[in-house]
Amino acid sequence: MPELTLVPTLHEASVAGHRGPRLAPLDVPEQGAPRLLPGVRLRPGAPALPEISEPAVVRHFVNLSVMNHHIDRAIYPLGSCTMKYNPKLNDEIARIPGFAAIHPLQPEETVQGAMALIGELHEWIRAIMEMPGVTTQPAAGAQCELTAILMARAYHAERGDAREEVIVPDSAHGTNPSTVHQVGYRVVTVPSGPDGCVDMAALRAAVSRKTAAMMLTNPNTLGIFERNVGEMARLIHDAGALLYLDGANLNAMVGLASPGRMGFDFAHINLHKTFSTPHGGGGPGGGVLCVKDELEPYLPVPMLIREEERWRWSEDRPRSIGRVHSFYGNFGILVRALAYMRSLGASGIAEVSREAILNANYLKARLVEAYQPSHQGPCMHEFVLSANRQKARGARALDIAKRVLDFGMHAPTTYFPLIVDEALMVEPTETETKASLDAYADALLAIDLETRQDVARVKNSPTRTPVRRLDEARAARQPVLSWQDMGGADGSP
Amino acid sequence: MSFVGRSEAERRAMLDRIGAARFEDLWEAIPEAFRVSGSLPLPGPLAEYEIARRMEQLAGENADAGRYACFLGAGIYDHFVPAALRAIISRSEFATAYTPYQPEVSQGTLQAIFEYQSMIRELTGMEVANASMYDGATAAVEAAGLAAGAVGRRRVLVSAGVHPHVRGVLATYASAGNFAVEEIPLEGGRTSAAAVARRAGPDAEPVAALVWSQPNFEGIVEDGKGLTDAVHAAGGYSVAVADPVALTVLAPPGADGADVVVGEGQPLGVAMSYGGPLVGFFAIRKRDVRRLPGRLAGATVDLDGKRGFVLTLQTREQHIRRERATSNICTNQGLMALANTVHLALLGAQGMRDVGLQCLERAHYLADRLAAIPGVTLAHGGAPFFREFVLRLPAPAERFVQSALGSRILAGVPLARYDAARPNDLLVAVTEKRGKEEMDRYAETLARWTRAGRPAPEEAACPS
Repeated sequence: MPELTLVPTLHEASVAGHRGPRLAPLDVPEQGAPRLLPGVRLRPGAPALPEISEPAVVRHFVNLSVMNHHIDRAIYPLGSCTMKYNPKLNDEIARIPGFAAIHPLQPEETVQGAMALIGELHEWIRAIMEMPGVTTQPAAGAQCELTAILMARAYHAERGDAREEVIVPDSAHGTNPSTVHQVGYRVVTVPSGPDGCVDMAALRAAVSRKTAAMMLTNPNTLGIFERNVGEMARLIHDAGALLYLDGANLNAMVGLASPGRMGFDFAHINLHKTFSTPHGGGGPGGGVLCVKDELEPYLPVPMLIREEERWRWSEDRPRSIGRVHSFYGNFGILVRALAYMRSLGASGIAEVSREAILNANYLKARLVEAYQPSHQGPCMHEFVLSANRQKARGARALDIAKRVLDFGMHAPTTYFPLIVDEALMVEPTETETKASLDAYADALLAIDLETRQDVARVKNSPTRTPVRRLDEARAARQPVLSWQDMGGADGSP
Repeated sequence: MSFVGRSEAERRAMLDRIGAARFEDLWEAIPEAFRVSGSLPLPGPLAEYEIARRMEQLAGENADAGRYACFLGAGIYDHFVPAALRAIISRSEFATAYTPYQPEVSQGTLQAIFEYQSMIRELTGMEVANASMYDGATAAVEAAGLAAGAVGRRRVLVSAGVHPHVRGVLATYASAGNFAVEEIPLEGGRTSAAAVARRAGPDAEPVAALVWSQPNFEGIVEDGKGLTDAVHAAGGYSVAVADPVALTVLAPPGADGADVVVGEGQPLGVAMSYGGPLVGFFAIRKRDVRRLPGRLAGATVDLDGKRGFVLTLQTREQHIRRERATSNICTNQGLMALANTVHLALLGAQGMRDVGLQCLERAHYLADRLAAIPGVTLAHGGAPFFREFVLRLPAPAERFVQSALGSRILAGVPLARYDAARPNDLLVAVTEKRGKEEMDRYAETLARWTRAGRPAPEEAACPS
């Protein structure tokens, strides 16, 4: 196997005069930019982009790619991220020209197939969530949150009810408080109790007529089902407020439990998590926002409707908050998600959560002898460990995470949720086999042993990765954010 | 179909290790009342070829740009996408990784982001670009928010030349109260710097920013320098929403003095895909780097002094900063930003310049041919345009669009969609892919329609 070495940047690989794919020659009379754009300030020449042949570009990106960890290589148990296998068929379908090469502003009668596909996806989501209103316009989970809280604002405003606060548990994802702030509400944080669930006494004290909504992740980021969710819904509703489900952890209950029955007024789904669309190195995701009837009028426009045997985009929704995306959301992701749902069918969808829960509990059972779990008892689809014991021996959660990389596997999420010291948050997902889980457990147990016998080895890890630990402080102190910022002739920052 | 690999024996062994008698013991925490009773009311599983057949059937009901000559634009364009690009972005190593939280095993993604940031910086003429936003519209929203924060004012002027959907998303987000939007109408198809100066003048409430588009929604090239100078004179930020392909030919907004340049990256190697997934680019001046939304890659060194890349200045972001973050964005459009990166690398300096110049030449060839048809004019006369123009027809554009389908032509976007007072206006876009034969066919189809299908003037005045 060739040694993985540093790959020059495109800029460094550029050779004046090299060309990639070319266009067909211009087959109309050429007039020239100065004549066609009189009085317009033009770019003096070609932009300073790289000049590289196609084979060299392909090698560049292939050489970059092999430095990545990815789900097709090995387990990627990043808590809260649901890194499950992404079926290949779904990508193939999204590339069919009838989906990939259609324009969002074509006449509706020329895209009825695409609209029917979105309509069908909405039906599946309604059945899974038991919530009647659906939009797939948001691009990701965080944008669903924002859409929802804007809707809550519109809902209260229409009632002449100026609310000021949104309640967020201390175990919530960072997107929750950030969303609340971006929508102009104040964040009220409620603590978790010793059982890892929302402290009900604290919640009672926090809820008031100022409360616009509460955002709840269920199961929460500790992997624990918020069993008081029914009571929370009553409390929130009695105050005239709305209950939102951050569906990041839907992989724990899809087909198993129904968010609609738990009293949520609105809920989001991350299609790239539960419904297996590829994470793409950071995105694209796919956001679905589901709502109860009372919130349906506020959903973003355009809304997909079916009238007289044909699909239509309706803008005629006077109470809507408006648009949140340039067009209809991440359509290519919706195609993949529906293909996934149809592969699984009703029975397969129910299997997802059951097996995800089994995997998480099994891995947890194998690890608790060495790592302290945040809480006792069964977990849902993920669990949180604390590296406190290892820290006492000189190895922090960060060190353990880095050492995992040497085993050719991905680290858990670290230092989240914030309420657990030295947190390691593990979400194996249902698509890992027992052998894969055993290998992961063996690695983490071996690392624990190393913290007793040779802690320096853990502290100095990783050593088998393309680069060793990187100087993040330097990156922030002397930002080099483009190759234009690079000083040295050798390209070093 | 199932993607779970598990034998009964393994399941038993796992339950034993857990200490659970039954599978069901594991989710006892979920109260009975919330559980799905029985099976979901949905169909059963399908085999791959059954799904493929059903999906191909749905796809077949759509008129795609492979079978129709696509002259639609309005933010999304049918540009050339190299096969090598599709091969690269389909690689599992890129497609099935996530946000590079562990840089030691994410150097591929991180270096590609760094290269993306560098090339967006060059195209826009700015100083720092981030790792991508959801789309051009949400990028514009974040830009307005950044400007409001940096300038310390709320009033944002938005040119009517900004895409109506982008204006729509701006209005939606403005309802949160962080900024307020106010529209500046076009004059002769362009934004008037004098109008900006008037609206932002000393007697008016001070402005945070002017949001303008280069070229604008109707295809016209704006006087970016004039607009920027006008808003700067009022102490506000110049925020450009730019088309990246146009920036290979036009002076970039950065050269006009813009403070923020954002836009839709779809024209750089991303499939039209019915309008998503898209990707927004976002470029700023260095002074505002702490206000930047989203992820940012930076270069550094590892313990051995070897160059490497990390996510940096993360204290701006929601996972660290929570309610004090610059934006709530988490998952972005990474793979589409990679497509942009690969596209710019493959086409390169000269290839991208060729794309831009061919769009310009071809658009003018078609515009000239169409405007020569009796009764057909360009809505904005001689105003300079890049690859898109508004055609004024002698009858409702919607009808021509319908009629042109018969000639396998997707003729454009009728502007009645956005302004009922403009029933006869049609927005037409021409990319490097539209050959002379297709354009001539378009001209013949329109000529035929104006002759034969052209309704009497009375009828045109009151469309049925």
